[in-house]
Amino acid sequence: MSNNNVLLEVKDLKVSFYLTEATVQAVDGVSFTIEAGKTLGIVGESGCGKSVTARAILGMVRKPGKITNGEILYHRAGQAIDIAKLDPEGPEIRSIRWGEIAMIFQEPMTSLSPVHTIGNQMIEAVQLHKSVSKSAAEAVSVDLMRRVGLPYPERLLTAYRHELSGGMRQRVMIAMALTCSPRLLIADEPTTALDVTTQAQILDLMRDLQDEYNMAIMFITHNLGVIAEMADDVIVMYLGKEVEVADVDTVFYGASHPYTQALLRSIPRHDVDVERLETISGSVPDPTAIPAGCAFHPRCRHYVKGACGTPPLVQVSAQHQVRCTRVYEINEHLAAAQTE
Amino acid sequence: MFQFIVRRILIALVTIFAISIMSFVIIQLPPGDFLTSYVASLASQGDSVSEQVVQAMRENYGLDQPIYVQYLKWIGGVVQGDFGRSLEWGVPVADLIWDRLAMSLMVGLSSVLFVWSLAIPIGVYSATNQYSLIDYISTFLGFLGLAIPNFMLALVLMWIAFSAFGQDVGGLFSPEFQDAPWSFEKFINLLSHLWIPMIVVGTAGTAGLIRTMRANMLDEINQPYVETARAKGLSERRNIWKYPVRVALNPFISTVGYALPSLIGGEIIVAVVLNLPTIGPILLRGLLSQDMFLAGAIVLLLSVLTVLGTLLSDILLALLDPRIRME
Repeated sequence: MSNNNVLLEVKDLKVSFYLTEATVQAVDGVSFTIEAGKTLGIVGESGCGKSVTARAILGMVRKPGKITNGEILYHRAGQAIDIAKLDPEGPEIRSIRWGEIAMIFQEPMTSLSPVHTIGNQMIEAVQLHKSVSKSAAEAVSVDLMRRVGLPYPERLLTAYRHELSGGMRQRVMIAMALTCSPRLLIADEPTTALDVTTQAQILDLMRDLQDEYNMAIMFITHNLGVIAEMADDVIVMYLGKEVEVADVDTVFYGASHPYTQALLRSIPRHDVDVERLETISGSVPDPTAIPAGCAFHPRCRHYVKGACGTPPLVQVSAQHQVRCTRVYEINEHLAAAQTE
Repeated sequence: MFQFIVRRILIALVTIFAISIMSFVIIQLPPGDFLTSYVASLASQGDSVSEQVVQAMRENYGLDQPIYVQYLKWIGGVVQGDFGRSLEWGVPVADLIWDRLAMSLMVGLSSVLFVWSLAIPIGVYSATNQYSLIDYISTFLGFLGLAIPNFMLALVLMWIAFSAFGQDVGGLFSPEFQDAPWSFEKFINLLSHLWIPMIVVGTAGTAGLIRTMRANMLDEINQPYVETARAKGLSERRNIWKYPVRVALNPFISTVGYALPSLIGGEIIVAVVLNLPTIGPILLRGLLSQDMFLAGAIVLLLSVLTVLGTLLSDILLALLDPRIRME
């Protein structure tokens, strides 16, 4: 990892939600880096803290949530800005939002205002970060909408969200995210609400645009298929902690954490015939009552009482970390590699 | 949009026609007619009227004719601006009601403005700072305002205005301006009297609207489009007023239409206490004395105002919310 390329460095990030009944540790000591032009995929079930992590990067953790620990270092022009320390309503973070780190959301249905035109919202995005005239901002918007494959972009300027299909709305959101040529695009489940064909089109589009604009993408999803298609590096999260960190090939061909392995087994495959698709036993525990020790142990097929403890993140190779005490015992290939 | 407005206007005309029949029927519903109660009230004072005189009056007022003829005569006059003569006051109804209707509109509109200018900012603040001290205080004061009977608030404010500001209270004008022609001084005098009924009539509504605005805002401020605007780098204040407030206002606009009649209904007691020259008190008297032309005219006018108000808020809503225009 050449350090000049690092765009964003998250170090030991912790986010807590102070609810009346309990305190929920939504993100519990997550660290990662994002390099310019690369795609980092974050996978996990709902409630694992992946969206909260994304929001923290924009300084947009919702109340009663709070960043309690860690740094979010954003590198620009040789300087590192700690986003975690910025006033979440202040001008600094607001200039980074969209201007340098843009975000698209899961719900294309409701991510656009119901009572403002598409043009109004796109022009607003341009003019918040560039001092250009309204007609110049309009030209930028039309150009980008054409670029993301929207038909008749001029007409869309005066359209409202209810006049657009789901796929079109997400294209509008992507076009809007590109208005200021961000260096990092955070995509929080951008295709979850779309049908499969549209999903494939949007993913293709995002990859093309990534090459063209050389932007980094942080791709959040629960869909491993999407990760395989998009990501360079992958973080698998479970209940606020990363359980496996590796490049995309390692995750799919040498997954070493029992949770990652279980996730992979639960995907239907066309080359293997099975009677029933495997599921992960049990369900995600209530986030107010995270199991002690290894948070995954109640659902783990390799759990041995007394042998697991609280697992650290084990560095099994240069680019591969696994949060499992018994990682060498349950993965023969790793054990073999280690003894060599 | 044009089609939408034309269709709404046609519907409004049909509604007004139906209302005119309804108003007429309602006026006719109580047993007896004006003359019966007139004779009864004379009798209770020890006077008596000869049968002949009563019969002559009955013919004179058209009370002996079939009901649909009475309706047609009445509505025919109304269309030409003639609402008939008030049986009780002995003058044309039109002379009685226009000034009072204007005063009612004045009190109503000023309290609507009062309510909105107070309730909307407080509601927005309460929602964006949910469970803060000011949220609790405004909620408490709002409920207090809802719970205090209007007539009592009116009396208290009158007392304050009289003892603290030495103001003459009651009515909408000081005696010297009562019959004076309109002038700037008269207008100022009106404003100095208007604040009491404005506050009294508006207080209860303010409490309700704060709650509505707060609830609407709470529904909206966590919507993804607000999040998007925030992620775009929009400042919090501009975001709140541009996006969620705009959507949360829709239910308000749709109620503009019936704000007026409900205010006039709610204002009767206050108008009596404060001695206001508004429409509420004479409607009450007209109904009690079965002064059918007077009561009918007022009921009809209020209904027409409701229909026009609804038409207006429909059009406003369609202008403000593009989703409404699609049908």
